[in-house]
Amino acid sequence: MIPVLLIVIPLVTGFASFLINNGKGAKALSLLSSVITLVLALVAVYSLGSKDLLNYDAAWIPALGSRFSLSMDGMAKMLCLLTAVSLPLVLTATYKNNYSNPGSFYGLMLLMQAGLMGVFLSSDALLFYFFWELALIPAYFLASIWGGEKRIAVTFKFFIYTFVGSLLMLTGILYLHFKTLHGASFAIQDFYHVKLTHHQQFYCFWLFFIAFAIKMPIFPFHTWQPDAYEQSPTAVTMILSGVMVKMGLYGVIRWLLPIFPQAVLKFDHLVIVLSVIGMLYASLIAIRQDDLKRLIAYSSIAHIGLMCAAIFSNQQAGMTGVMVQMFNHGVNVIGLWIVADAIEQQLGTRKFSELGGLAQKAPGLAILLVVMMLANIALPLTNAFAGEFLMFNGLFRYNMWMAAIAGVSIILAAVYSLNMVQKIFYGKTVAATEHAVDAAFNIKFSLVLLVIVILVLGVYPQPVIKLTEDSVQAVLAKIISIKVQ
Amino acid sequence: MNAIIVSAVWGVVMMFCSFLVKNKGLYRHIATFGLIILLIAIFLNAWGINIFDIDDHNMLHFNNFGTAFNTIAIACTLVYVLLTGKEVEKYGKYSAEYFTLIFFSLCGVAVLSAYNNLLMLFIGIEIMSIPLYILTGSDKKNLKSNEAALKYFLMGSFSTGIMLMGIALMYGGTGSFQLEVARVQGLGPGKSLSFLEVTGMLFLFVSLAFKVSAAPFHFWTPDVYDGAPTVFTSFMATIVKAAGFVAFIKLLEVKVAETGIAVDKLIGINWQLLIVILIIATLLVGNITAVFQQSVKRMLAYSSIAQAGFMLFSLFSLNDIAHEGLLLYAAAYSLATIGIFAILVKMKDYTFEGFNGLAKKQPLVAAANTVFLLSLAGIPLTGGFFAKYYMLASVMKTGTYTWLVVVVVLFAAVSVYYYFRVIQAMYFKEGDAATEEFAPSFKFALVALAALIIAIGIIPSIVLNLFYF
Repeated sequence: MIPVLLIVIPLVTGFASFLINNGKGAKALSLLSSVITLVLALVAVYSLGSKDLLNYDAAWIPALGSRFSLSMDGMAKMLCLLTAVSLPLVLTATYKNNYSNPGSFYGLMLLMQAGLMGVFLSSDALLFYFFWELALIPAYFLASIWGGEKRIAVTFKFFIYTFVGSLLMLTGILYLHFKTLHGASFAIQDFYHVKLTHHQQFYCFWLFFIAFAIKMPIFPFHTWQPDAYEQSPTAVTMILSGVMVKMGLYGVIRWLLPIFPQAVLKFDHLVIVLSVIGMLYASLIAIRQDDLKRLIAYSSIAHIGLMCAAIFSNQQAGMTGVMVQMFNHGVNVIGLWIVADAIEQQLGTRKFSELGGLAQKAPGLAILLVVMMLANIALPLTNAFAGEFLMFNGLFRYNMWMAAIAGVSIILAAVYSLNMVQKIFYGKTVAATEHAVDAAFNIKFSLVLLVIVILVLGVYPQPVIKLTEDSVQAVLAKIISIKVQ
Repeated sequence: MNAIIVSAVWGVVMMFCSFLVKNKGLYRHIATFGLIILLIAIFLNAWGINIFDIDDHNMLHFNNFGTAFNTIAIACTLVYVLLTGKEVEKYGKYSAEYFTLIFFSLCGVAVLSAYNNLLMLFIGIEIMSIPLYILTGSDKKNLKSNEAALKYFLMGSFSTGIMLMGIALMYGGTGSFQLEVARVQGLGPGKSLSFLEVTGMLFLFVSLAFKVSAAPFHFWTPDVYDGAPTVFTSFMATIVKAAGFVAFIKLLEVKVAETGIAVDKLIGINWQLLIVILIIATLLVGNITAVFQQSVKRMLAYSSIAQAGFMLFSLFSLNDIAHEGLLLYAAAYSLATIGIFAILVKMKDYTFEGFNGLAKKQPLVAAANTVFLLSLAGIPLTGGFFAKYYMLASVMKTGTYTWLVVVVVLFAAVSVYYYFRVIQAMYFKEGDAATEEFAPSFKFALVALAALIIAIGIIPSIVLNLFYF
């Protein structure tokens, strides 16, 4: 029952929010809804109820053989928790921002959350596809209505890219559907047992992989991402980069690996090479950026690249690392965006060349940002360290050279991150930062919460590892059984 | 039989109304009433109650599929008259005649959904088309409308001529006009139809491809749809076009089922390959040309060609999913297109810029229009998604030409481009969209229609159950 509520609550409050004209009311409603969702997600994570509470299955379109079935295993719990955590944080941190037409803004945010939850929960392929699109459409409208100057063209590019991907995935889903027993099921368990020839696996692998690669994004499918992140309103960017990119990673782990193990073992090298190219390429570009949002966007591509490479290394350590890092990257990147938004809202610019010496005026914000940045570089004692260490470990076991080349990106990450901190917060104050003040309470509050999460998970990452253990084992078992053959 | 007779009779009733009823505003209400009666008649038909019992010498054959399609066609016409009936009154003094013509055209649709004899096919196509030639030219003082009508008439009669030639050849080949009669040559997997019949089939194929505006027989479509008064384009591009497909699928299917000839050998050459070429050509022409249009009306004309490309899938696969899909497609596509045209009629400027800023001025209308456009683009949670889904699934089920699905899916992504241009104009661009007055009842009807499309998108069974009752 809990999975249904996780989807229905944001869905219903989202639609209700469209009817509210008053900004305060819409904000309060969405915050309330997101907090209730968070509580429910926590209940699910700690499995306070019996197992029946975590699964739901009902008839949906009997003519097609599609069922409304939701289930929650470790990975789903972790990602639902991330989705549930991120929205209240985002809403708190941007509480003072004013959006035109607030009812629609918050309504669309909640609808996007419902879509994301659905993606992580559904265990029926057609339902998965539905939620996959449901998450996309609100994001498109959010970015196009409330975004920056070039928003229309940029978000349209984003939409077309992901739509092409999802249509290819739909083709793959249909193909598998007719290959299941009696050709009448969309259930994920039936998909797992589909017997495909090698040739068919290779064909379908790409149909699914392109969809997921665009969403993550993996080089060379990444070109929509920096523009979209830059032009979207920051509250939306937080969800896009913190949670939505995880849809791609989740899709690979949940759908791609177990259904096409042979194709995965055939193409793993290619995908890892692409990911590593993307990591280095994005890191190098990040160094040259003058815009805070674009820098974070490129850094995000680099991090996602590592996660994708670690998934395809098919090692226990790598996969565990991905699970840990999916959560941690979400938390960290949202923290970075909050800082970016705080700076932009106050000073009206995000360009390094127009900023400097902010630490003197806003010491609180500076300290919090430095912690975030250290987590972004994955320094020990921050949460990202555990994840990245495990992922590099997995990659190293797969291929030493790949790991070594990918490791360069850590150094590059340090270069651009520290460079950014230095340019914005240290040095002499300039015209823009002359009269700056420290961040408001709501921003600091949400950042402090994030810093606590960063430090706690940095010292003791075990809770996330334990939570997702079952999913890691299940995925690897399938791959290993193929390898042995 | 009920629908054929009731629609013809009500056409005559409307004709009498034009001089017996002085109040012009009443015509559309009478038409609405007639459509409701028609709907009841077809429901009675489905339940096995025939008001009129006429011996048709097996020239007509009523089955579930035909009846279900006929129901959809009548229901869509009802929606059409409710939404845009008032606009019909703007063209000329004798608006009752236009409703008369619509009823006659519906009579042709009813014949086509039940024909079992090539003569009935011919008669059905003619009854359906001739009123359309007149409707296209109904804006008498407008040169473009006249041009469109003449073009449509010349091209249409040419294609009918080809059809007649095909029917004659088939008669020569089989000695009968009955659909299920065929003369098979050879045995086993190598068997095929006789030469005359093959040639006849090819002629019929061409003329029906013309009717459903499949490329390369589509050249009349943009000019006619653009030139005709917008209200009537709405009717032509939806219900009539879908009826063409129903006639088409029946022809192919009976030839396959009755002769037992493999689909790819039906006319001696590879039949399926022929349709695949037709599909790709139609999608290519429709989608790529639509991208470059400046006028929304012309864009919709090309988009209707592109949508026809999707409906052609049902002819390719000819299985149970294809039937369900065609019904769903007819409903989803017709409803969405009727909705968009109903809004378009009220716009002062038909270009994309004309829609700039509509969302600020008319939020409800813009929201409904968005649902219609999303449905045409095939975005999930709208009826259009399941329509496209069924078409793709029917091809997948045949297990051949699966690459075709990938190609077509890319064209669907292209179609997003031009449908979303309207959404972008309405929501993201600043402007002062000049419109006529939107009555509250009109807005309510639009929202109800949008809700219906979403309902089909969540539970497609509400349409498909028609098929099984």
